Amino acid sequence: MLKVTSPHTHSALSTGQLMRLVIYATLPGLAALTLFFGWGSLLNVALASVTALACEALAVRLRGRPVSFYLGDYSALVTAVLLGLALPPYAPWWIAVVGSVSAILLAKQLYGGMGFNPFNPAMVAYVILLISFPVEMTQWTAPRNALVDDQSAVGIIEGLRMIWAGAPIDAYTAATPLDTLKQNPGLLLEDLYSQDPTLVSGIWAGAGWEWVNLAFLLGGLVLLYKRVYTWHAPVSMLIALALMAAVFYDGGSSNSGGSPLFHLLSGATMLGAFFIITDPVSSAVSVRGRIIYGAAIGVLIYVIRTWSNYPDGVAFAVLLMNFAAPFIDHYTLPRTYGHKKPRKATEKEGH
Amino acid sequence: MTEFFIILLSTILVNNFVLVQFLGLCPFMGVSNKLETAIGMAGATTFVLTLASVSSYLINTWILTPLGIEFMRTIAFILVIAVVVQFSKMFIEKTSPLLYRVLGIFLPLITTNCAVLGVAMLNVQGQHNFFEALIFGFGAALGFALVLILFAAMRERLAIADVPTPFKGAAIGMITAGLMSLAFMGFGGLV
Repeated sequence: MLKVTSPHTHSALSTGQLMRLVIYATLPGLAALTLFFGWGSLLNVALASVTALACEALAVRLRGRPVSFYLGDYSALVTAVLLGLALPPYAPWWIAVVGSVSAILLAKQLYGGMGFNPFNPAMVAYVILLISFPVEMTQWTAPRNALVDDQSAVGIIEGLRMIWAGAPIDAYTAATPLDTLKQNPGLLLEDLYSQDPTLVSGIWAGAGWEWVNLAFLLGGLVLLYKRVYTWHAPVSMLIALALMAAVFYDGGSSNSGGSPLFHLLSGATMLGAFFIITDPVSSAVSVRGRIIYGAAIGVLIYVIRTWSNYPDGVAFAVLLMNFAAPFIDHYTLPRTYGHKKPRKATEKEGH
Repeated sequence: MTEFFIILLSTILVNNFVLVQFLGLCPFMGVSNKLETAIGMAGATTFVLTLASVSSYLINTWILTPLGIEFMRTIAFILVIAVVVQFSKMFIEKTSPLLYRVLGIFLPLITTNCAVLGVAMLNVQGQHNFFEALIFGFGAALGFALVLILFAAMRERLAIADVPTPFKGAAIGMITAGLMSLAFMGFGGLV
């Protein structure tokens, strides 16, 4: 007999089904990346997935647990897909491999695997790679609809040569919109935008990038509709980021940091909002906690993008708030109905 | 005013004493097992750090430099810090005996907290004036308190995680601290 206790309602989705849904929801974003930046992202995702599954299997085996059961929850695959989407296309193959190894072994399995990792594994890997290999991690190819005269889109053969043999990528690269903004030599934003091919060919936030972000937004809305997570964290993050951008945007002088729309549709904003910060394990749990967590990430993204050394701040902001999540939860947990607030351990009796 | 704000921002986030300069690691690992204890320790260290920063500045400017005995700096500073720690120890013992018991050996060990001596030394190196020294000490203490408290909340969660046996306890704590240090690198260039 099964020991069944209340509540007797049950979720229709198991962990594996949920994770598969998340993977399907990344497909519009992956398609947009492939359309605008070439086959690189697809290869990154494939490389990262194979490595991540191998690492997960190895770790689970070393701990003497059933391998097929743990691989069946698809959590390693989700981590790998998210990492692959975040990496620049046509980075050397070992970038995706080193990233997946650190994500799965260091950030996940050392903490006990699925459900115990305090940091988002994909973002840990991204930050480790960004700090260790800054050159490889910041070379993005020019989007297909913003090629300058002597540039061509990367063919599949050249792409493979760049990934496997380390053929030079310089001829195909272009500064991302966030890079362009960061390297602003003191121009008015209008003039800056008119000089940069990526930003000239775009409508809101640079050719390619805006559509990639909109595609991730679409995938995120599907997940929201399917109730994979609630709206609190993503919406408060996007509002906080837009508010920060609105406050510090002064109409386009050389000191301003880009319009709210620019920030919402560039870099990893939408990927972060709907696929990274909604990670149920490493984020805050309570409702108020999730709102605070999301808003703080939004603020930190703007701060890091605008004033620090790095052009995009999603990964750093997520890690910083992962770090703060247990503390936020500790102070925002709702009181259990019918119970008083728990007394602090160091308070004296009779207070 | 902006100058003080920059010092605060720099000491709390960009050059955080624990996660970026790796000072004061022993209490960071030692007292971070329980959140309540960590908050008490954070308060005590904030008090000691601010007071020690100011008094070591005064000692340096009004006694060591006029007498030309700057080579006595380290010993003089440690003496000052020991006195401040003893003072706060007596204060906590009288006001909160429970916190005093919980903090145990780590309270007198604030004396050997390298962050405290570090702040005093960096004050001299950075040629801070009185108010800068005050803000510098206070900011360093806030940065220490911030990461200690957040880390304690996280370690309460790690304590119930299914960590592989060889990595249990301090090992996983060190790995976590390393990952957090990576995250703090995102603030590089802020000031």
